[in-house]
Amino acid sequence: MTAEISPLFFYLFGGVAIACAMMVVLMKNPVTSAFNLVLVFFALSAIYALMGAHLIAALQILVYAGAVMVLFVFVIMLLNASDPSFDLKRSPLMIKILAPLAGLGIFAFLVRVFKESDFLVQSSFYTPEMVEAMGGNSRVIARLMFSEYILPFEATSLLLLAAIVGTVAIAMRKKPEKQKSAQLNKEGVSG
Amino acid sequence: MIAAVEPWVVLTLAAALFLIGLVGLIVRRNLLVILMCIELMLNAVNLTFVTFAQAQSDMGGQMATFFIIVVAAAESAVGLGLLIAMFRTLRSVNTDDLRLLRE
Repeated sequence: MTAEISPLFFYLFGGVAIACAMMVVLMKNPVTSAFNLVLVFFALSAIYALMGAHLIAALQILVYAGAVMVLFVFVIMLLNASDPSFDLKRSPLMIKILAPLAGLGIFAFLVRVFKESDFLVQSSFYTPEMVEAMGGNSRVIARLMFSEYILPFEATSLLLLAAIVGTVAIAMRKKPEKQKSAQLNKEGVSG
Repeated sequence: MIAAVEPWVVLTLAAALFLIGLVGLIVRRNLLVILMCIELMLNAVNLTFVTFAQAQSDMGGQMATFFIIVVAAAESAVGLGLLIAMFRTLRSVNTDDLRLLRE
């Protein structure tokens, strides 16, 4: 399946993803980082589409480039990015040198593992031809989601509910005493 | 003509993205950018899942990616809520200012 990926487009989008990911880490301004992250998401979505995972590609755009990034940019604007606290105090020099070195080391190790191993066996049921015969990627995933994966799917809805309630509870301004006294004053005045 | 893209090349791209995110997580001190780096790492994991799903003709990997996307959205919402709470109390999003336990 992966042999069908067009190499030209894969390396193009892969290069864009790597370059923009570097920009996310290196740029000082969080707004620049956020917009580079959007570009990474778009490049990854293109790669998913190249690999035939069409539903995931669409979700990547909708959820990440749409919802999550809007949330990030909104918070940046809310916090007033020109605030002096956004001036970056960088990490100590030791960390700045050692972290990329460690990253490169792990990267070399992983590349070696991926290249040497032959765990990529053709084993399972959903070959590209089979998926095509069953009505395409999205339809197959939808069938699976509401049959085999129905329990995780429902658990996800609970997770989202908990996240919504938790976020509101965390971000809510806590001034119950003042509000109560203000209300009492109002009632006293009107009464 | 460039050779066809093997699965290990895609896995290498995912590993590179993951490690860029990890290094950013360690080096940066701005909580917003740290959250963005976490998103980057989650995306790299998604790419790995989809690659294995395609290489083994198994849909489980794409289902896992779907659930990771949902969890990542919830995680960023909660993380940004925490960030707003932190900014409200400390007037800063710099992680160096989180030192109440040290003093």
